[in-house]
Formats: sequence, structure tokens, C-alpha cells
Amino acid sequence: MLVFKPTYKPFGNKAILIEWPQEISEEILQDILSFKNKIQLHYTGFYDITTAYNSLTIYLNSIIINFDNEIISLNKIYSYNVEKTKYKKNFTWHIPACYHSDLAPDLESFLELKNLTLSKLIDLHSRTIYTVYFLGFLPGFPYLGGLSNQLHLKRKTAPDLNIKKGAIGIGGQQTGVYTVDSPGGWHIIAKTPINFFDINKEPPCFIKAGDKIIFDPISKSTYNSIAKQILNDTYKIKKQNLYV
Amino acid sequence: MCSVQIIKSGYFDSLQDLGRIGYSSLGIPVSGVMDSISAKMANALVDNNLNCTVLEMTLIGPKLLFQKDAIIAISGANMNPTLNGKPLQMLTRINVNKRDVLSFSHTKFGCRCYLAVNGGFKAESVLNSFSFANGITKKNQLINNDILLLDERTAIHKANNSHIKFNRHFFETPILDAFKGPEYDLLSEKQKEFLKTNIFQITLNSRMGYQFKAASSLSHSHEIFTSSVMPGTVQLTQSGKIIVLMKDCQTTGGFPRILQLSEKSQSILAQKNTSQKVSFKLNKIFL
Repeated sequence: MLVFKPTYKPFGNKAILIEWPQEISEEILQDILSFKNKIQLHYTGFYDITTAYNSLTIYLNSIIINFDNEIISLNKIYSYNVEKTKYKKNFTWHIPACYHSDLAPDLESFLELKNLTLSKLIDLHSRTIYTVYFLGFLPGFPYLGGLSNQLHLKRKTAPDLNIKKGAIGIGGQQTGVYTVDSPGGWHIIAKTPINFFDINKEPPCFIKAGDKIIFDPISKSTYNSIAKQILNDTYKIKKQNLYV
Repeated sequence: MCSVQIIKSGYFDSLQDLGRIGYSSLGIPVSGVMDSISAKMANALVDNNLNCTVLEMTLIGPKLLFQKDAIIAISGANMNPTLNGKPLQMLTRINVNKRDVLSFSHTKFGCRCYLAVNGGFKAESVLNSFSFANGITKKNQLINNDILLLDERTAIHKANNSHIKFNRHFFETPILDAFKGPEYDLLSEKQKEFLKTNIFQITLNSRMGYQFKAASSLSHSHEIFTSSVMPGTVQLTQSGKIIVLMKDCQTTGGFPRILQLSEKSQSILAQKNTSQKVSFKLNKIFL
């Protein structure tokens, strides 16, 4: 049964933007990803597809001649029933995270601003299973949904100029992992030794939209030992199959 | 040795092809030449595939030493190119010899100049592209003493006077052709009129984007969910500042996307300098 009625807009003359209702929900995410899979199987003439919270963009090889015809063929593809087995598998990833002020410059100020103890913060942040809605902003940067509202905190008014790769931050209602060194306005509360983006790997990101993430709290010494294993390419990230 | 040495680098020199295509869903910028029209002309003049890697120079060009005979062509901004001190024709196929020195200076007009060599430059290939990009390739700009490798297979030395006629209008027109963006209709009728009739001054420009002086009459309070953006997307911040995204832009953004520049207009804009003025002309298609 089709629950949604996506709408279509031309995005310039070489891309099509498809939109869902303006809200963040798992149902919309699943519908977007399922449509993306069907487009990849049944549509032609495009070189890339991106998705976000409530949208999907198809990048076309050539300019749109008749937009109405494209809508008709895309709507037909949307209505197809495709076996889930044809889709790419999704996983739940266990991401080691060290909540220690030596590795997380804003940890202490965050606890003070939110009036929380360290153990309460770790509990709230690491007990949630986060949903990866899409990648964007930086190469491999996952937009995660599910942060406990007890941890919401407005972004900093002046961004930090150099947040280190692996920094786990909170900005507004979102939490995420900086995948490369970058300026940014989020509060850094932990750090992971995991490489979310490695240009030398194919594909460079192991995570994709629709996956889940759990942060596993680790000590500083475990952080260092995992970092060493990653350097030697002997560390395997724990993952489970995810059945939607 | 089959190479070109950077004796003195310019203001911002990088190697670019037509971009890293197909990785937007991973958050990887497209990159590639800012003015694809000029870059393609230079490649065409030296019998290259249009996707061959060229040298993109910004505002002030570098000084280069050829360590091999080569065929070159220069397009885009005019940076007064000279070969061993003698002025060189732009948009013309030229033979250079081993030990020749090719120099560029300040731009006379335009912002970005392109140098193509027969066969193209070779660089580190990352995700099927040679384009330099911050955080993606090891280098994001060239520095003194860098060595640019040329393709070995390039030994065509036929005399040839290939030339492309200079198009002054391309550099002088302030008009940028644009399609309605996904959030165009969030603008009030008054704001739409303002957008179509006013001129906008560039305050900042980089490979990531062009920023314009904020106009209070374009200020608004609309927020959208983070969604796709691409080179040519015209964003409008809440304070009324227009940002046109260029080749190194992020793949997603949260400001309303009021317009989308045509590919040609992206090239025209890439030749504009900070403090120059442009206007937007709405394309009739999809209206």
C-alpha cells in the first residue's frame, strides 16, 4: 500500500527533485530509500541520486525535454512492488566512543550547561539506537536521528575553526560524527577512533542511509588500542544485519 | 623527464577535470573546472578529450618551466601570458619547446584562466577524477617546485594554427540565466520582483561559492529541512544574503534554494571577481 504521494519539481534543467512531507520520520526514510532502489533498477538516463530527510534528487545525463513524461514514468516506478531482497542490506554498526575530556574539548562545558553528570550523559547518548538518514555536509558525514531530548543544546554561536576527524558532537537536536577535520559549531562530547571516511577504500564510507548506529562507551586506553589496530588495518567494526 | 615545473605558483592554482561524478550521496563534492566552457575550449584546441585535466589559475597565474616539448592552449581570464618573455595569443594552439618558460601575471579581465596541454596533465586519481579537492586529494593547490606530469603518449607536433574567436560578451555580460529553484515560491511577489530587477554585488568568491551583499528586502524567516544542493544552486539566507554554490560546494544545505543557474551561467559567474555586479534573469522553461 502506498502511504505517501511524493511531489515532483524540476531542479534546474538537469535534475529532478522529489519531495515528501516536511517531517523527520522512519516511514518517510524507508519510503525514500525504497523509491531510490526502484529508480536504480528501473529508471535510466541519470548519473547520481541523493537523498535527504524528506527528498530525493535525481541527477540527469541530459536536459529535461518533457517534465510531465518523466513524472509519469517515475510515478509508475514508485508504484512497483519490488522484493526487498533486491535491495542493498542495511546494518547496525557499533561505534566505539570515548567520553573523556582529553579527547572531547566541550565535554565539561556541556555537562555544566546541561547540568548532567558524566555517567548520565554517557547513558543517555549511548543507549539510543540512531538512524542514519543520509550522508552530507562533509564527505561521509552521517545525519543521525534519535538524540534524547535531554541532550538537545543549541549550536555554538561562533563555530570552532578546527574540529578533529572522529569528534562526536551535539548540535541542536542532532548528534553526529565529524568525518574529516572541519570547522563546525557543534559541542564535542566524545571521540571515536573509527574512520567514517577513508578515501583509499572502495566505497570510502561503510555507512549508508537506512543503517543504524550505536555508540559503545570505551576508556581512553581502549581508544588508543583500537586506534593502533585501525592504523594496522586489523580492527573490524562490529555490525549486525538490520531487518526492516 | 615528461613534466612541467612550477617555478613560482600563482594565487590559487589547481588541476581540474570535469569533476568527480556520481559520489554526491556520500557527501563528496563534485569539484572540477569552475568555467567549463573555457576549459573545454582549451582542451579542444590541443585535440584533447574535453574531460582532460587542465591547470586552473585564479587572479594571478604561475610561472612554469617546460621540461618537455608540448602543445598548449590558454583560455579563460587573460593573465597576460608570455613564453620566454614574449606575449602569447590566447585561444590558440601553440608549440612549446623543452626549457621554455611560460609566465602569467595579474588578470586583465576574468577571474580564472585555463592551460591545457596535449594529452592532459596527470595527477593522483581519486574516485575516477584528477580534480584537486580539499579533504579528498592529498593536495588542494599547487605550490612552488611542484612537478606536473604530462601524458607520455602525446607527441603530435603537427603545425597547426587552430584558433577560437574571443567572445567578449561572455566576460562582460552581468546577466545570469537561472531556473526557478525548489523554494522560489517561498518568496513574496515583491521579493520575486526585487530578485529579477536588482543588481547584486559579489562580496566573496571561492571554489565553494559566490556570496553577495545582503539585501534587507530579501530577508525572510523560512526554514527548510536539509536537502540536496549542487553547483549553480542559489541559496538565500534568512538575512537576505544570496549565495551561489560552485563546484566544491557541499552536497546538502539548509537554506531555501530560490534559483538554479544554467551551466553556461555558472561559467559566466566563475569569471567574475569580488565587487563585480550581476543580475538574474529567469528562464522561461518550467515557469
